[in-house]
Amino acid sequence: MNESIVWLTIFILSVFVGVEVISKVSSTLHTPLMSGANAIHGIILLGAILVTGHAESNLALVVGLVAVVLASVNMVGGFLVTDRMLQMFVRKKKPAPAKVEHGGGQS
Amino acid sequence: MTATPVWAQLVYLLAAVCFILALKGLSSPKTARAGNLIGAVGAVIACVVVFFYAELDHVAAILVAAAIGTAVGVVGAQRVQMTQMPQLVALFNGVGGGAAALVALLELGNLVDGDRGGFALAATAFTIVVGCVSFAGSMITFAKLQDLMTSRPVTFPGLPIMFGGSLLVALVLSVLTVTDPAVWLGVVLALVGLSLGVLLVLPVGGADVPIVISLLNAFTGLTVAAGGYVLDNTVLLVAGTLVGAAGTFLTKLMAAAMGRSVANILFGALKGGSTLGSGEVSDRPVRSAAPQDVAILLGYADKVIIVPGYGLAVAQAQHTLRELADVLMARGIAVDYAIHPVAGRMPGHMNVLLAEAQVPYEQLKEMDDINSEFKQTDVVLVVGANDVVNPAAKTTPGAPIYGMPILNADEAHQVVFMKRSMRPGFSGIENELLFDPKTTLLFGDAKDSLGKLLSAVKTL
Repeated sequence: MNESIVWLTIFILSVFVGVEVISKVSSTLHTPLMSGANAIHGIILLGAILVTGHAESNLALVVGLVAVVLASVNMVGGFLVTDRMLQMFVRKKKPAPAKVEHGGGQS
Repeated sequence: MTATPVWAQLVYLLAAVCFILALKGLSSPKTARAGNLIGAVGAVIACVVVFFYAELDHVAAILVAAAIGTAVGVVGAQRVQMTQMPQLVALFNGVGGGAAALVALLELGNLVDGDRGGFALAATAFTIVVGCVSFAGSMITFAKLQDLMTSRPVTFPGLPIMFGGSLLVALVLSVLTVTDPAVWLGVVLALVGLSLGVLLVLPVGGADVPIVISLLNAFTGLTVAAGGYVLDNTVLLVAGTLVGAAGTFLTKLMAAAMGRSVANILFGALKGGSTLGSGEVSDRPVRSAAPQDVAILLGYADKVIIVPGYGLAVAQAQHTLRELADVLMARGIAVDYAIHPVAGRMPGHMNVLLAEAQVPYEQLKEMDDINSEFKQTDVVLVVGANDVVNPAAKTTPGAPIYGMPILNADEAHQVVFMKRSMRPGFSGIENELLFDPKTTLLFGDAKDSLGKLLSAVKTL
């Protein structure tokens, strides 16, 4: 199979998966979801490491290192702040476990 | 560049699955935290693996750079107040887009001499442009939310032409990059991308900015996906595409919650759609009352609905509000919180803020669930909210918020607004409900007023 077709296949399937997995999200969680998705694209850090590791000039090295800094801010900060938000959603379940169930989405 | 060995590709596949599980988990309050953790694990694994096969140079420098970025991210994530969450998300998103653009720019340098073909070059051009749009757009968004600049739509006569022109230039340069690749073309593309990002977000009004964050988030996702193709890396492709697709879908959901189309949010101001939003303070007469009067209204009601808004969060009054609600409930009064989907400054923001104040989940009612209950409600207490109860959304075609679903506070028997001043809401338009005969205003800082109200209710 042509290699480009393989890439295209992965892309198209990922689009459907991406929409499908969040299609039932309650509006309660829009902020953490946005923040969490934001963190996931911080994986560009991997790309930044790759190109920086193969930089052949000083200029390329500097540009690459800037990309590494920016990407790690995105990734690390994104996951941490999402966790901080979600922690607050979870904590409340302990004191009053009786009725505390899913917060939104029910009609 | 070294080819990725099979074992590393398998690890990347594992990371990609982690990301899918992360998004899936984030869709439900029960699994959200675990989901986020799984995503983080996947990201870390993927980033560690690369050091073991890629024969990288400059490893020490890379680790130092990553450590700096990590430190900044940790401090940012820990210090931020929940009220400032939209800004932080915008900022993190912007730097991600910027990183992707830089990566593509560097890779363009490698592609110039290579023979990867036109499609890789096109993807590179795309990554540079859209990454820069995302970076610049997010920075403007940040400035608007952080009050570093006006949150009102900024337009000027030549803006549509400049935007269209820049778009055309970006397209031409992208084609040139494919046919005749050169690094300087990439640099110019980046500059054009930056100006496109600025021009895209400037005309967006404050109330719509959250939607733009979500949209730019999706942009960055697609940028990372294209970068994955350029770098021949599957996990970037999958992760980026997931975020791009999920972000686009989420953007549409949020726009629907505001009764607007995404195009209308982005370009509405250019058509002069928000002329009613003068942002001026009205001097029409209103009925204001003392905390004691409002306490009597609340204390002898049967059913109270609280409508919290961003003003509540700014005053850090969530905890006092919860205390007040607790006291009212102890008097046998039914108390609910009505949460508008875009209450706060970001969809779902208010839920985060009230969760911080440990308001029990079951008291937070979503708009569709509670809107029919306002008719049987004695008192609606609007704390620091305005636009989400503004009947102009239903009655005034041409208002910037026209068509946005609102909470039907105007159907209740009595409405109490706690406001700092008569200044209009984020959208900049006046609220007719403030002048309604059944409306009482309690002026003052939300925390201060709620404190007085709380002690007044206790003495009843």
